[in-house]
Amino acid sequence: MRTKDLVATAISNTFRSKLRTTLTVLAIFVGAFTLTLTNAVGAGVSQYVDAQVGALGSPDVFIVTQASDETAAGDGPVKYDPNGSASVSSQQGPPGTTTKALTEADLTTIGDTAGIVSVDPIRSVLPDYIEYDSGTAYEFSINATSAVTTADLTAGAQLDGSATQAQLVLPDTYVTPLGFSSAADAVGASVSIGITDILGAAHTVDATVVGVSLESLLASGAGANDALIAELADAQSGGITTAVTSYGVAVAHFDTALSADAITALKADLATQGYSASTIEDQLGAVQTVINGIVGVLNAFAVIALIAAAFGIINTLLMSVQERTREIGLMKAMGMSGGKVYTLFSLEAIVIGFLGSAIGAAVAIGLGSALSAVLAQGLLSGLPGLNILLFEPASVAFVIGLVMLIAFLSGTLPAQRAAKQNPIESLRYE
Amino acid sequence: MDSEWVIDAQGLEKSYGSGASRFDALKGVSVQIAPGETVAIIGKSGSGKSTLMHLLALLDEPDQGTLQVAGRDAKSLSKRAVNELRNKEFGFVFQQFFLTPNVSVLDNVILPLKIAGMGGKERRRRGMEVLEQLELADKAGNKATTLSGGQKQRVVIGRALVNAPRVIFADEPTGNLDTATGTVVEDILFELNRSQGITLVIVTHDEELAARCDRQIYIRDGLVVSNTTQTHATGAHALIPAGGAA
Repeated sequence: MRTKDLVATAISNTFRSKLRTTLTVLAIFVGAFTLTLTNAVGAGVSQYVDAQVGALGSPDVFIVTQASDETAAGDGPVKYDPNGSASVSSQQGPPGTTTKALTEADLTTIGDTAGIVSVDPIRSVLPDYIEYDSGTAYEFSINATSAVTTADLTAGAQLDGSATQAQLVLPDTYVTPLGFSSAADAVGASVSIGITDILGAAHTVDATVVGVSLESLLASGAGANDALIAELADAQSGGITTAVTSYGVAVAHFDTALSADAITALKADLATQGYSASTIEDQLGAVQTVINGIVGVLNAFAVIALIAAAFGIINTLLMSVQERTREIGLMKAMGMSGGKVYTLFSLEAIVIGFLGSAIGAAVAIGLGSALSAVLAQGLLSGLPGLNILLFEPASVAFVIGLVMLIAFLSGTLPAQRAAKQNPIESLRYE
Repeated sequence: MDSEWVIDAQGLEKSYGSGASRFDALKGVSVQIAPGETVAIIGKSGSGKSTLMHLLALLDEPDQGTLQVAGRDAKSLSKRAVNELRNKEFGFVFQQFFLTPNVSVLDNVILPLKIAGMGGKERRRRGMEVLEQLELADKAGNKATTLSGGQKQRVVIGRALVNAPRVIFADEPTGNLDTATGTVVEDILFELNRSQGITLVIVTHDEELAARCDRQIYIRDGLVVSNTTQTHATGAHALIPAGGAA
């Protein structure tokens, strides 16, 4: 029997007992539907987190700090070293700890490490307000690492790190209060940023809005390029240039061509020199692990539904083999090999699996897309950019493939039974 | 000389079950069937006549004895070769029709060709040819379940005939039909034998049908009790006492 004929026969046999096939397909449908949805949730949330990670920093940067001395209990206090013991309070360490500051000499050392392309200190600036066209002033903050981040833009362009012009990426929540009619309207406008120096005098710095970003879950505040940060920092220092010669944190760019192993080796290199380096992925690894865990549990439920459906397939096909005993016997009497009979019944199982999973996936995509749109307007409007259900063609294809595999495995037992049938026993009627 | 016989069986034995429930269906049966012959295997229910047919048709293997088909020992044939032999050289007609319901008459008829792996177009052509021969061409598209008993058995004969077999094995071909339609079906079978030289092996307990065959093999309790050659007709009943006395 040709493969084409086997497939055609399997398909037409599947529809012979319509009610039974429909019920079995329904059981698979439930599993495939759930699995498609849970996968989509995982993909949607992952994509959102990835976008947030982008807002926090590029994938090719280390956040570098001095490694903190681990003083074991009983060792007593560490001796003061005038060259290296300056401490700076930093947001990067665990809460309530201080990390030692990085000096210019440290920056040179880090920059000279093989694999590091460039290193920039992070200067934190604390502006007071932002205003546009002498309108109402609003409280305002700048994300210190924004120069190395990729903002989730709704309008305009990313910051240009090499530009001499002071550039700003405005959070979209500021667009309407500042008096812009739309995000696009804000792009290109010049805004004033107010800042108080360390002596208490107020200054304003002008900046051009180059882009408008969605509010990010993990990095708050506006984005500013190096030129703007330098201007603000100068204003903040009040002309006292010696005020900042050490930094809590530096951002080191590494070669984007490095493999994951090479990055790990580079981290170890920096660690032996006394620096602690971590990538954005390291810092967000925990978040992603939790999300993957939740999606994994949801997927497990869907797979349980599929296993239940698998027994449905076994049952359906066993009944089918029973009912078609004579037909099988006849086909074998007419020279059909056991292998072909086995293939025929396996194909019937796969057809049932395909029907259930394809319909399940299609309905999940249809319903899910609608639900996702509704949620984005309502319940999840506080998380702009979150597309809670993201249907990736590859993962949908994977679900369909998986269900067909489960169906094939379920069909093994009935198909074997059919293949082993003795034609004489099957055709006996006396 | 052996190759001249289509089928040559020597000392076939077959039993089912074991111990107390052991049942010896055949206890040493030797039969030769020549090409173009019509042979009736006659016996009561449980006499072993169906078992003998199953062995001759290579649907089952004997416990003892040898079976040669066209000069080749059946035991030496691979499973694949046996399947191919049944598919290409044998046709089967059973008392019950075993037609696939909800499938068209044509599709039922061409099932052996489908199993043989013949292409779709050629299958249809052969199938329609056979249906025309059996005057069923107008029913080709109908579902098998909508036909009358006689029409169904003609479809079954079409299915047995479609692969142009050398031998047709018929197990009680008229058992399910009334006398008139039964006669029509018999006429078709014997006509096939005459015009195409197809060997007929008919298992039956119907003496009239048996009498139309060239040769009658009477089976009782797993043994051949009488192997008679006769020209068609009258004396079928007269032979029974000979069988009974054995």
